Amino acid sequence: MTLRPTTVQELQEAIPTQERWLPRGGGSKPALSTPRAGQAVLDMTGLRGVLEYDPGEFVLVAQAGTPLIEVEGLLAQHGQYLPFDPPFVEAGATLGGTVAAGLSGPLRQRYGGVRDFILGVKFVDGEGNLIKGGGKVVKNAAGFDLPKLMVGSLGRLGVLTEVAFKVFPFPKATVTLRVSLGSLEEAIQTLYALACSPFEFYTLDLEPSPARLILRVGGLGQALPLRIERILGFLGTSRAVERLEGEPERQYWREIGQLQWGAGHLVKVPITAKQISALEARLPMGERRYLSAGNLLYLRWPGEIAQLDQLLRSQGLSGLVLGGGEAAHLESPRIGVDCSQAFGHRVTQALDPLSRFAP
Amino acid sequence: MTASATLAELLADLARILPKERFLTEAAQLAPYESDALTAFRARPCAVVLPQTSEEVVEIVRTCARHKVPFTARGSGTSLSGGSLPVEGGVVIGLNRLNRLLRLDPNERIAVVQPGHINLRVSDAAAPYGLYYAPDPSSQPVSTIGGNLAFNSGGAHCLKYGMTSNHVLGAKVVLPTGEVVELGGESLEGLGPDWLGLFVGSEGLMGIALEVTLRLLPKPEKYHTLLAAYDALEKAGDAVAAVVASGLLPGAMEIMDNLAIEAAEAAVHAGYPTAARALLIVELEGEAPQVEAEAEQLSRVIERSGPYEVRVARDAEERMKIWKGRKAAFSAVGRLSPDYIVQDGVVPRSKLGRALAEIERLSQEHGLRVANVFHAGDGNLHPLILYDGKVPGELERGERLAGEILRMCVRLGGTITGEHGVGMEKKEYMPEMFAEADLEAMRRIRRAVDPLELSNRGKMFPGGEAPAVTAHGAHPLEQAGVISRE
Ligand SMILES: Cc1cc2nc3c(=O)[nH]c(=O)nc-3n(C[C@H](O)[C@H](O)[C@H](O)COP(=O)(O)OP(=O)(O)OC[C@H]3O[C@@H](n4cnc5c(N)ncnc54)[C@H](O)[C@@H]3O)c2cc1C
Repeated sequence: MTLRPTTVQELQEAIPTQERWLPRGGGSKPALSTPRAGQAVLDMTGLRGVLEYDPGEFVLVAQAGTPLIEVEGLLAQHGQYLPFDPPFVEAGATLGGTVAAGLSGPLRQRYGGVRDFILGVKFVDGEGNLIKGGGKVVKNAAGFDLPKLMVGSLGRLGVLTEVAFKVFPFPKATVTLRVSLGSLEEAIQTLYALACSPFEFYTLDLEPSPARLILRVGGLGQALPLRIERILGFLGTSRAVERLEGEPERQYWREIGQLQWGAGHLVKVPITAKQISALEARLPMGERRYLSAGNLLYLRWPGEIAQLDQLLRSQGLSGLVLGGGEAAHLESPRIGVDCSQAFGHRVTQALDPLSRFAP
Repeated sequence: MTASATLAELLADLARILPKERFLTEAAQLAPYESDALTAFRARPCAVVLPQTSEEVVEIVRTCARHKVPFTARGSGTSLSGGSLPVEGGVVIGLNRLNRLLRLDPNERIAVVQPGHINLRVSDAAAPYGLYYAPDPSSQPVSTIGGNLAFNSGGAHCLKYGMTSNHVLGAKVVLPTGEVVELGGESLEGLGPDWLGLFVGSEGLMGIALEVTLRLLPKPEKYHTLLAAYDALEKAGDAVAAVVASGLLPGAMEIMDNLAIEAAEAAVHAGYPTAARALLIVELEGEAPQVEAEAEQLSRVIERSGPYEVRVARDAEERMKIWKGRKAAFSAVGRLSPDYIVQDGVVPRSKLGRALAEIERLSQEHGLRVANVFHAGDGNLHPLILYDGKVPGELERGERLAGEILRMCVRLGGTITGEHGVGMEKKEYMPEMFAEADLEAMRRIRRAVDPLELSNRGKMFPGGEAPAVTAHGAHPLEQAGVISRE
């Protein structure tokens, strides 16, 4: 069964009518939005639209079902953007789905991920109560930080209806440098050197094979040539550097943001740079990318998900399957090390005592 | 069992965990712990314990849980909202001795510290690697990472780099039930729900942080610091909106009004234009070529905002001088008056001009002077209400004025606190911001985590018994000139 509420009240009234619900936004992450046996679907695309946006305030408030593409279009008209750079924009992802999945993209390197930009939420809990947390100003310390709690909650704690974000001006000009390095080890050492330097990168991505770093630099146009020159000087003359600007640059990043990499499961893995070598030694060839100075891996896994589960466990890592392959029929999208703990169980119990949002 | 029998058993059990010199029960020993920097509130704990290891903290919490006695974690006791005020008859767990830096990994840009580690010491330890810890509450020479974490403390750089919460990656926590859990990790990314995000800023109501993993940033290469003087406060407020609208993202934007300028000038001779009705400080930071280009743009925007004087710091020394006046302003204003109340409500940046005009009006209406020194970049006001506690009725008038300012902040779409937290002081204003259902959800979470409401009982949620309010005054450390308020 699928219900598509068009008002918050309709949503609230619907909650008690089913034993188990799965909220769904744009369906761009099928491993998270395909119902399991016994789950009814709440299609949230009926609660859409930007509610408040004053560019001078750096704050945008929208209903959770609002497609990212609509939000990004509006922000771009005023030279602004979502600094956490959500993926799947063109696949129809919504704001709510992005928060619930906890997804950020390459640009998170400069100012932070979705957790760093969410300011406020409204959501309906497992008993149909509409709950507000946070606010609509860029600084706020009143009450528990429910907005952050909802990041990555996968619909388990409630159904998001409204979200408020801090937004920033997009740099007036950008240039992307693709730097080829001799080996993965060399790439990681260079990544460390750059991440610890005062150079400010909008992206600091690593492609493991062939080893490359992808740097995006942004700011005022008149300062860029000198800044690029200084970065190239820092890297040394021996590197092959490819430079992207203008439309080809935009096109390049648009494609990366789609994470469209052929067959297999698409998996998010939080990681640190020092864990990359050991993981790479055990991963087969395939498409993947380490974002934000080695803090976030998006990878395509061509084989059985159970194998990846084992592999991640052996490395002390956890993952979230987003889509691809048999993703929709997985027992759980969470793989690798199980990080659940008493604090999480208790808070979940408080917001959803009847386990209406349990998988 | 009688209450005193229970108390005796609790004390006996605690005495088994801690040696005598770290287990305080004498009235004279307890007195310094009776309040925090919000000296209006006082409460007498039954004991103060000073653990030296995480294991001791866990044992203490388990003992309190077993005896069902409330406890309050305490860092340096600089909370401005009564956050570290003891629960009457409860246990205070002083964490200052758990102050070690456990690990610093310059490549991964993280530091792992114990909760009693002082904020500024993190940046000191990171400095040799060209790194620093970004959150900079002006109490940073004394306040602890545990206290910063519990209050999600801010500083002058929040618009661009966020609050404490955006710089904490992980924490090992003992829950009020005595269970120990790990929240977050070492990566900037995680898989949700973001339990750590919920814990940070929970004002000590969800247990005690035992170890905290912090993120470090590379130090900016260059600063550009500008000071603009205006003949009206609204003009300075509007200038902030214009800077932001131009697409610039300064590291800090701060405003001081006339009263604050005069006081700061008298205190530290920063060389401010004393005739100004308002001063605006804007600081750009980053890569040198970028900062230089932004500086030109900033000059044009500031010129158009109608200042009567603009100065730019030519070197590090001039920069420090500009900041010195700003940092000293708070305690300097304090000298103009025997007592004062500080609030920290937030308004949308575009409403700053309106909010300041309204504060001016309220100040006249209540017949009390209000000085303004605040983080303008993020709309975080710090109105300082001056009164004399010895004049009958002035304290009450000050409290009423403070309340009206908070209500105005909410009415203008803002919040009752930007960084000082709700604590004891602002809990009755929570219903101005949140509906009953919102507060009930937060209470449900609190009770699920802490069924007996032992951890920092009586804070943040409206209702319950509030201790009697007496005159405000400066924190002892402020009187000694060690720290100043922002
Ligand atoms: C002069 C002055 C200037 C200030 N300037 C600023 C400013 O610019 N910005 C700002 O945001 N604040 C400011 N403050 C407020 C205050 O310094 C901060 O709230 C600070 O974070 C408190 O740290 P503390 O170590 O003193 O904590 P305490 O006051 O001891 O405790 C604060 C709260 O944290 C809890 N707590 C302490 N340790 C732990 C732990 N390990 N685990 C869980 N809970 C814990 C306590 O129970 C209490 O609720 C200022 C205060 C003063 C006096």
